[in-house]
Amino acid sequence: MSHLAKDMTPDVSWKDITPGCNIYEGGTSVTVETGDWRTMKPVWDATKCKQCMLCTPVCPDMSIPVDADGKRGDFNYFFCKGCGICANVCPFNAITMVKDEK
Amino acid sequence: MSYNLKEEMQKEGRFLGGHRMCAGCGSPIAVRTILRALNPEDHAVVCSATSCLEVSTFMYPYTSWKESFIHNAFENAAATISGVETAYNALKKRGKIDETWKFIAFGGDGGTYDIGFQSLSGAMERGHDMVYVCYDNEAYMNTGIQRSSSTPHFADTTTTPAGTVVPGKMQQKKDLTKIMVAHGIPYVAQTTFMGNFKDISEKAHKAIYTPGAAFLNVMAPCPRGWRYPSEKLMEVTKAAVDTCVWPLFEVVEGKYTLTYKPKEKKPVEEYLKMQGRFAHMFKKGNEWMIEEAQKEVDRKWEELLKLCEM
Repeated sequence: MSHLAKDMTPDVSWKDITPGCNIYEGGTSVTVETGDWRTMKPVWDATKCKQCMLCTPVCPDMSIPVDADGKRGDFNYFFCKGCGICANVCPFNAITMVKDEK
Repeated sequence: MSYNLKEEMQKEGRFLGGHRMCAGCGSPIAVRTILRALNPEDHAVVCSATSCLEVSTFMYPYTSWKESFIHNAFENAAATISGVETAYNALKKRGKIDETWKFIAFGGDGGTYDIGFQSLSGAMERGHDMVYVCYDNEAYMNTGIQRSSSTPHFADTTTTPAGTVVPGKMQQKKDLTKIMVAHGIPYVAQTTFMGNFKDISEKAHKAIYTPGAAFLNVMAPCPRGWRYPSEKLMEVTKAAVDTCVWPLFEVVEGKYTLTYKPKEKKPVEEYLKMQGRFAHMFKKGNEWMIEEAQKEVDRKWEELLKLCEM
């Protein structure tokens, strides 16, 4: 029986789930989309951004990727719940919150 | 080593997205910052008391933790992690483990100030090489905003509803950081999110790499329970620090040091007025509540300044 999180689907019976509901891998929640909770969406203006990075530590949803050169990239909308903290801390108005049309 | 936000942010995350904490919640911000303070080559075992954090980051079969994670019960996060630390020491002594592992427990204020207090006190007294992090959101948010011993005086919660009969919570907030200092452990600090996260990152690093037990008390605002718009998180924490409601300090081997002194101590209203849980304090006839809150803050601040001078 597989012990991988991806195989623990709702149709797996209690006899076949991992003993003690243990999970044997780290970070399996990355397959869960939380971006669909969003009502407001942050939009990043790369031309206004001075790469001061103040927005990166405040994100509760790890939605602001930082590359190997220490530069931030565009939002990861798969996780972003649209709380707006990043837009509020940006000193250069490089992030604006807009209504998220789905 | 001086602090550099860019370098900090380039470290691989040990706490990942896809967790179900509310939008704008303070605790995932605290957790990822504290885990980033680990040296990249080290591993950690994390234990969490039952809390918002635990139920939203560890829903079978999804875990947001890259590190080993244990949940046991509400009241025994500190006891659980101290057992893991003891097992690690035994294995290390026999040469069965080469890598360095660190032990971190997270608890909300309910799991730390109230329900987990005896196990926390025991683990601190035994002096395990661990860090206990309390993410303090000042009420039982997970079950619907009931008051805890960490809830501040006059705060409106579902079990202390402010109205004509009660003025919100009738008791003062318990000063847990000081109680932890009284345990005589090598490192205790109180912090929150400020600017480029230097304060919390440096304290987390010190707490993790100080041999022996360490305690971190991190204010982690809850937009739902405190009733402020979620985007104002950093303004709320800044106001808490600038009004001296939540001073930033550390205590190394019993010696108090203030790590941030506001240029100008602001009146407590600046902090209170941002949050719906204190809205009733601004109604006509309730001025005495603000006066009393200010008096309490002033008294504690003076006390802290004296301790720092000692």
